[in-house]
Amino acid sequence: MKRFIARNAPGYLFLMPWFIGFFLLALGPILASLYLSFTRYDMVNAPRWIGFDNYTYMFTRDRRFWKALEVTFHYVVLAVPARLIMALGVAMLLDKGLRSIGFYRAIFYLPSLLGASIAIAILWRQLFDANGVVNQTLGYLGVSGPNWLTNPDTSLYTLVILAMWQFGSPMLIFLAGLRGIPRDLYEAAEIDGTPPWRQFTRITLPLLAPVIFFNLVLQTIEAFKTFSSAFIISNGSGAPADSLLFYTVYLFNEAFKFFRMGYASALAWVLLIIIAIFTAIAFFTSKYWVHYENERD
Amino acid sequence: MKTSVTDLEAAMELDEATRLAHAFMLQRKKRDRNARLLKHAFLIGVSFIMLYPLVWLLSASLKPENEIFGNLDLWPSTFKFDNYSAGWHALPQSFSVFYVNSAIVTVLSVIGNLISCSFAAYAFARLRFTGRNFFFALMMMTLMIPYHVVLIPQYVQFLQLGWVDTYLPLVVPRFLASDTFFIFLMVQFFRQLPRELDEAAMIDGCSPFKIYWAVILPLSLPAMGTAAIFSMIWVWEDFLAPLIYLNDIKSYTVPLALRLFLDQEGQSAYGQMFAMSVLSLVPVVLFFVLFQKFIVRGIATSGMK
Repeated sequence: MKRFIARNAPGYLFLMPWFIGFFLLALGPILASLYLSFTRYDMVNAPRWIGFDNYTYMFTRDRRFWKALEVTFHYVVLAVPARLIMALGVAMLLDKGLRSIGFYRAIFYLPSLLGASIAIAILWRQLFDANGVVNQTLGYLGVSGPNWLTNPDTSLYTLVILAMWQFGSPMLIFLAGLRGIPRDLYEAAEIDGTPPWRQFTRITLPLLAPVIFFNLVLQTIEAFKTFSSAFIISNGSGAPADSLLFYTVYLFNEAFKFFRMGYASALAWVLLIIIAIFTAIAFFTSKYWVHYENERD
Repeated sequence: MKTSVTDLEAAMELDEATRLAHAFMLQRKKRDRNARLLKHAFLIGVSFIMLYPLVWLLSASLKPENEIFGNLDLWPSTFKFDNYSAGWHALPQSFSVFYVNSAIVTVLSVIGNLISCSFAAYAFARLRFTGRNFFFALMMMTLMIPYHVVLIPQYVQFLQLGWVDTYLPLVVPRFLASDTFFIFLMVQFFRQLPRELDEAAMIDGCSPFKIYWAVILPLSLPAMGTAAIFSMIWVWEDFLAPLIYLNDIKSYTVPLALRLFLDQEGQSAYGQMFAMSVLSLVPVVLFFVLFQKFIVRGIATSGMK
């Protein structure tokens, strides 16, 4: 026993802050929110157990829940591929044949750092204003742009474009990945007269698959969690006509505007399960389309 | 004789081949140069689009109110620096208050992150103890959990402690290694340091804490720098947690204050709103310019967001 303590004490002591945090700020709250999701709780009266009522209401009668899911999935499906294609395209341009890429890299990455800030969300609202910069530019081209932010058909695209603007960090990860592909593969293909498109599908894509996979999982999880920009651009409510009712915005309003803490906890657990399912699918299918270089079959 | 003819033929063929190869190389070089010029043109175009919104924001912050909309000129007819001084005092509290608040939260949070995350990372990367792999897996799993799942119970918890409307809910979790991302980042770095260092120090009779303090930390300044820069930027921009925990305008951080401008929309203070938006981005841009190398390397090695 003494030896056990002597051997383990340093490790546990160094982990102590994390242990406390893990129990009080992660595990405890996760279990508490699972419990709360089966109750009605308004923060004034004690939580009252109501069984599965929150979940049955959510899935059978709450139309805003389905709307929030639809908006969020729509956003994920548009924004994640758009951002990744942009990131990969620019990374490939930067990777080959250019010497001073530091300048471009810095400019392309800057929006990713600033993008989470409220200042940018505020700016975005003005860019897409009825007579904001975007519509002014379109006007010069003879196109009369829609009123982006008040039209439920177009409002989501403003956020997709904001997501595209922030392609910097997946780009940096792609760049690091591209650096890992041996040059001689391309040279051999060049000598064989392989056209660039086939070089891309036969060399770049397969060898980059692990990095693409990594970026895809990371960016999808991030996209599901989008909050600040949607909150600011939709005025905190998901307007117009709930077309910007992101899942997290709905959850926030249920919890901190209407104080339906039990119901919001149920919403949070559904979000956790969606993200977990998505991550699991990505990992289980990855063996069919991601091959690591040191793997031999 | 015959042989010499074939030799000659062979030599001529060879010559022809080198000539062709030379022409091919020349052509390729030319093609490469054209491709490179095309690439630069394209990339400069993209750079322009990427920077345009930021330049527009800067220009709008200096324009008179009636020039901000319906006008694509980036150059203001008159520079209205008033927007900055008026914007600074446009809200019920001056921005001095908000900046001090943001600075307090950010500095404390960064210190908390660096201490608690480097402790945990040192344990995971360099120490041996029962259950290490299990706890490491748990830590990695918490990386995936959305903040919204723990938000409500945490709020109830902090409310009961009487911490709402103080900075404690924003700062204390950071001293408990709640930003697990940085643990992961530091573990990646600590693992690369040669083991012999610890062993030599141990033979010299150094305690684990001494090894952490005198061996690992001094060698990990790049990783600590990266973590410090990212946590500074993220805490500075953080919106959700302050939105929930801070109700009194005297305790607002800069992002919450910026949002107040939106509530006052219609009172045509766009220039002031943009001016304050520009100022709120200045620390981030400054950090980026100064520490770009750390940031780029940090993302490439850890795959951060």
